[in-house]
Amino acid sequence: MPASIALDIDKLATLARIELTPAEKEKFSAQLGDVLKYVDQLKQVDITGIEPTAHGFPISNVWSEDIPALGLPVNDVLRNAPASRDNMISVPKVVD
Amino acid sequence: MISQPLTAVSAQLAAKKISSVELTQVHIARTRAVEPRIGAFNSSDETAALAQARASDERRAAGKSLGPLDGIPIGLKDIISVKDQPLTASSKILASYISPYDATVTRKLREAGAVFWGRLNLDEFAMGSSTENSAFHPTNNPYDLTRVAGGSSGGSAAAVAAGEVTASLGTDTGGSIRQPASFCNLVGLKPTYGLVSRYGVSAYASSLDQVGPIGRTVEDVALMLAAIAGHDPLDSTSILSEATDYRAALAAKKGPWRLGIPKEYFGEGLDPEVAAAVQSAVDFYKNLGCEIREISLPHTEYGIAVYYIIATAECSSNMARFDGIRYGHRSPRATDAVDIYAKSRAEGFGEEVKRRIILGTYVLSSGYYDAYYLRAQKVRTLIRQDFIDAYKQVDAIITPTAPTPAFLKDSHKTPLETYLGDIYTIGVNMAGLPGLSMPCGFTKAGLPVGVQLIGQPFREADLLAIAHAYDSAHQWSQRLPNL
Repeated sequence: MPASIALDIDKLATLARIELTPAEKEKFSAQLGDVLKYVDQLKQVDITGIEPTAHGFPISNVWSEDIPALGLPVNDVLRNAPASRDNMISVPKVVD
Repeated sequence: MISQPLTAVSAQLAAKKISSVELTQVHIARTRAVEPRIGAFNSSDETAALAQARASDERRAAGKSLGPLDGIPIGLKDIISVKDQPLTASSKILASYISPYDATVTRKLREAGAVFWGRLNLDEFAMGSSTENSAFHPTNNPYDLTRVAGGSSGGSAAAVAAGEVTASLGTDTGGSIRQPASFCNLVGLKPTYGLVSRYGVSAYASSLDQVGPIGRTVEDVALMLAAIAGHDPLDSTSILSEATDYRAALAAKKGPWRLGIPKEYFGEGLDPEVAAAVQSAVDFYKNLGCEIREISLPHTEYGIAVYYIIATAECSSNMARFDGIRYGHRSPRATDAVDIYAKSRAEGFGEEVKRRIILGTYVLSSGYYDAYYLRAQKVRTLIRQDFIDAYKQVDAIITPTAPTPAFLKDSHKTPLETYLGDIYTIGVNMAGLPGLSMPCGFTKAGLPVGVQLIGQPFREADLLAIAHAYDSAHQWSQRLPNL
């Protein structure tokens, strides 16, 4: 078991799309290092030949009839948009 | 009226001894009086509640009552959508969000005639066990205001215990209904995964989340479950099931039952007063003629490690929807479209949510997936198999709900220390089983203690009947907080 786990906090923040302050980076690195050290105990478990469980009661291939139905009214949806115009959500210019 | 079980209130409505409008007004007044000390509500809509109450009274007068929930004030955890009402998830990122539609459980309660009173506080996006992670304010325990109400459905528990609502809905991903119920002298049920629709409920860890009721008695919870359970085509993990009258099943099913005591749940870290109260419940069942068997759930010790890998992995995926583009907070500091994501999420999410997203991102990231996520899913299989094996010899399993009674606010525990408190509730979510917490006594200091019963999948009727045998004989819910 490693004494400490190297955690590239800058890379993780980028992948997670969260801007972290230097203080947050330092704090999270230490705390998550503790958690990762704790979860290392799972390496003791013999998992040979064990299938993974994604759901308690997995069901797959859930089909529904292709029946047209009304979606949500545009106004109800756009009410929550941070910015909108002409029935569309607006964002800053992406391409020049 | 504010301290009676739902069944008693419902009987008074049916006998026309009180109207729904009067009942709702009593709860509105009660909420005004105690809310500054409790902090269970994020928001409420008096006009909408009274309109629902008036409609209920009109139905009843016309002989068209919708059943036992018609006219009853019910609180909903502020993570469950109610059309045209706020849904904050106790997060700044959704501070001004208005739900454009009803969650399926909301629709079902509406169809049963419930009066919605209160959007109830929680740990931000249901991530926590004390409701101190709310971005707005903490919720205090009605039995001791210096202590937490539990979490993440702390508002849902405190509001019932304090008499602000008659019953409530919470959600439970790793114990978030059962632990606050145990801290607040209430009954809380996490149904079998797939029994209750998750449509319209903000997701934390989709393979573990389940909506369930909190009430004063097992009977109350049975009534609520009957209203919200059932297949929903809008939730692809929802299971086809027949409508069940869970309340009728309470009397119909009689023991004696075979109850399993997992030795791993009574070891180090269990508060002696909690252990004694749980033992008294075990003794009750023994005296009832039930067979009590010591059993083993050998992978229990790995539960927390597995949970905090799987839950954070699913959390990091679910939280990706909060991008500052379509809804929710958008950072005014952002310079371009992509920058909106990082800055809006930095400003909108609280510390625990960020921590869990980062951890989930790590365990799913390239090079670590097999070592963490896949391994955790395999150990999850072993945890689930432990329960399947146990049910070959017992009908239900009895354990403490939490290792301790409600803890003090601002305990300044490390995240890992906090996570360890979920040890007895987490296995149920991983295996998808139904789990119920009910009151089983008080500590010398006057803090409620809960006992957990774990049932077999989709056999809530049996689980509730077993619980009802104890609950109806003790009626701990009659011991009210001094507020």
